[in-house]
Amino acid sequence: MTALQKKEHNPIAHLSDQDIERLGVELDAIRDQVISTRGSSDAAYIRRVIKVQRGLEMGSRAVLLASRWKPAFVVGTVGLSVSKILENMEIGHNVMHGQWDWMRDPKIHSTTWEWDNASPASLWKHSHNELHHTYTNVLGRDNDLGYGIMRVDEDQRWSPFYLGQPVWNFVNACFFEYGIAAYDLEIGKYFKGKKNKEIFQRDLKKVGVKIRQQMTKDYVVHPLLAAPTGSWKQTLLANYLSNLTRNLWTHSVIMCGHFPEGVETFTRKSIDGETRGEWYLRQMLGSANINGSRAMHIATGNLSYQIEHHLFPDLPSNRYQEIAPQIRDIFNRYGLTYTSGSLPRQVGSAWMKVIRLSLPNHLAAKFAPRPRKAAPVPLRFKTAAPKADAA
Amino acid sequence: MTPPTQEDRVPAWRHHAFRIARAATTPLLPEDYVDLFNPLRSRTHLRGRVVALERETSDAMTVLIRPGRTWRDHRPGQYTRIGVDIDGVRMWRAYSITSGPRTDGCISITVKAITGGTVSTHLVRILRPGQVIQMEQADGEFVLPKVLPAKMLLLTGGSGITPVMGILRHAATDLDDVVLLHSAPRPEDVIFADELRDLAAGGHVRLLQRHTDTDGMLNPAELDALVPDWRDRETFACGPAGMLEALEAHWHEAGLVHQLHSERFRPALTEPGEGGTVYFTGLDRELECDGARPILDVAEDEGVIMPSGCRMGICYGCVLPLREGAVRDLRTGEVTTASPGDGVLIQTCISSAAGRCDLDL
Ligand SMILES: Cc1cc2nc3c(=O)[nH]c(=O)nc-3n(C[C@H](O)[C@H](O)[C@H](O)COP(=O)(O)OP(=O)(O)OC[C@H]3O[C@@H](n4cnc5c(N)ncnc54)[C@H](O)[C@@H]3O)c2cc1C
Ligand code: FES
Repeated sequence: MTALQKKEHNPIAHLSDQDIERLGVELDAIRDQVISTRGSSDAAYIRRVIKVQRGLEMGSRAVLLASRWKPAFVVGTVGLSVSKILENMEIGHNVMHGQWDWMRDPKIHSTTWEWDNASPASLWKHSHNELHHTYTNVLGRDNDLGYGIMRVDEDQRWSPFYLGQPVWNFVNACFFEYGIAAYDLEIGKYFKGKKNKEIFQRDLKKVGVKIRQQMTKDYVVHPLLAAPTGSWKQTLLANYLSNLTRNLWTHSVIMCGHFPEGVETFTRKSIDGETRGEWYLRQMLGSANINGSRAMHIATGNLSYQIEHHLFPDLPSNRYQEIAPQIRDIFNRYGLTYTSGSLPRQVGSAWMKVIRLSLPNHLAAKFAPRPRKAAPVPLRFKTAAPKADAA
Repeated sequence: MTPPTQEDRVPAWRHHAFRIARAATTPLLPEDYVDLFNPLRSRTHLRGRVVALERETSDAMTVLIRPGRTWRDHRPGQYTRIGVDIDGVRMWRAYSITSGPRTDGCISITVKAITGGTVSTHLVRILRPGQVIQMEQADGEFVLPKVLPAKMLLLTGGSGITPVMGILRHAATDLDDVVLLHSAPRPEDVIFADELRDLAAGGHVRLLQRHTDTDGMLNPAELDALVPDWRDRETFACGPAGMLEALEAHWHEAGLVHQLHSERFRPALTEPGEGGTVYFTGLDRELECDGARPILDVAEDEGVIMPSGCRMGICYGCVLPLREGAVRDLRTGEVTTASPGDGVLIQTCISSAAGRCDLDL
């Protein structure tokens, strides 16, 4: 895609400034409605998820103590993988967003949470919550657009380095947690001399400590505990496979958030003096959802409701499903396209883009996918004057 | 998540075992898993289990609690802070410990439900035996001096009887001359009525009861008639704010404030006004903040280095604990208050001062 501001058919041209502000007011109302009904059943939900995850993890690790027997190996590995996925997605990601801070429980709070991941919570919160969620899909500001190693938009300049990006992407998927840690360290920025050396070294130390603790747990302590039954090798392998599964899964889910076809990007200048309504609009058009079962939604940490999450990153994740129909209705009424698709379709679409844009634009254009059907613009906008500056 | 303090000296082997357990559970602590089975064993978070509930009056309830294993006991007259989750939100309030000496390690508090009171109503009407509550170690200076006074005067009103009952249950037999003047609206509102009468019958206290619905509030000037030797008595007072203020003024006039110990149940009210003074406890710095601007902006303008992030209320990069006072959510107008000892986490980027407030920074 091309930055929305440079498109021939600007998908928001039919909206006036007042329309956009009205849209903002409607979204604020949905937010208020969720906040005013947040309560004990939400609190019970997150506590239940945490309980299930910890129980599953303990159970799986216990089973792995006997993992030289095949069935134990399989059961333990599957259980540990699911537990690690739950821990990172529905629990870690969302708690660190402050979605549960309103409970005032210091044990489930964005300021105290640490997750089962190579990247320390403090670094991740900065690069994810502050940068990515503030500058979502703004070219040159949001590093999530290709993580600095890939070109995922026609408006990102091509260089021969990107020919290899399908490979970079696959390698990144397999080692995703380390990719995240490297990304949160802002290594690229450091080597360009744009990051303070002391801060970088402090952060590097934090990451080093975190990785050491994570590795010691998964690849030393638990295999040693399984040694008495002669299961240390299998336990080590099970931990590796669980981390790998978690990496591949989270990488796929994250790719589906902003890379599939139909998601819009924005120019740097377009966010100067952005109003609240315009900020909401950017989140709506800059994210894509995944359709699927309840289990799939939980396994993605409800990031399958990426649009709802980006509109309201600090609302409890269990509520996104509930407000999704209202959000979809707003899209329809304002003539905007709600980008959504099944998991295989979105993963395929994201990968397709990574492969296609490894080529320079004139070659990539030859393989351009058919654009998704745009939402019909409701009649009431057709009579209105188009927005003067399409910014 | 917070590493435990190494306050209890453990043998070396246990120390090593604990280190291995931590290495096996990182980034969590072993106790985060133990919590699944027994929340009372936590070393870092004191909790208690409700053992029994006993009704005292139509709106007062005694809650018998088994504290977690790190509970360090209390001195009679002290209070503990109790945390309960109400509509999913953790709320803390202080309650005086009313139990006497016990061999089973349990303690009790006695709560009077206040009309519209969030926590007191929850404790009296919703709480059930078996539930787990959050607690803090006992605290407070409303306790008997090491050397027991020869003559004492206890002045209580309403639920203010609670810390005094805690003291009497422990020490009534050791005290020689105690006058207890207790006020309550009506006879049926008197908490611990039977036990107080028994103490009087046993000669441990001289009990004076006042029913304010018919007799009106106690005027300190009446003391000369009711307890002629009140000037000679070490006095402990606990009750409504108005009563305590009147007593303090009276003792002050008599030049006897050193003999008056009083316990307040309510902090001076923070009327959420148009902004206020923000005090940063760590920096020891005060700032005037108006009611319309985020504390974050005002503080930064004044050169305070504040944690911050998106500056629009979504990233929680700016959260600071509010120790006392009130802030207003600029988005909703909702006011959040904290009483002394609280640590309500607030986002400074969307909160304005709504009265004086203490922030930890
Ligand atoms: C050191 C200490 C010891 C205490 N010991 C006890 C005790 O043993 N038993 C006990 O029942 N309470 C005790 N309290 C009071 C208790 O902590 C709560 O303040 C009280 O239960 C009201 O809390 P709430 O959440 O129900 O009311 P809130 O929801 O906080 O307040 C609701 C309304 O009631 C008013 N209000 C608050 N407190 C009182 C009060 N005490 N009297 C009248 N109106 C009030 C408020 O201004 C507000 O308008 C103690 C307080 C302190 C500081
Ligand atoms: S700075 Fe982001 S929530 Fe306050």
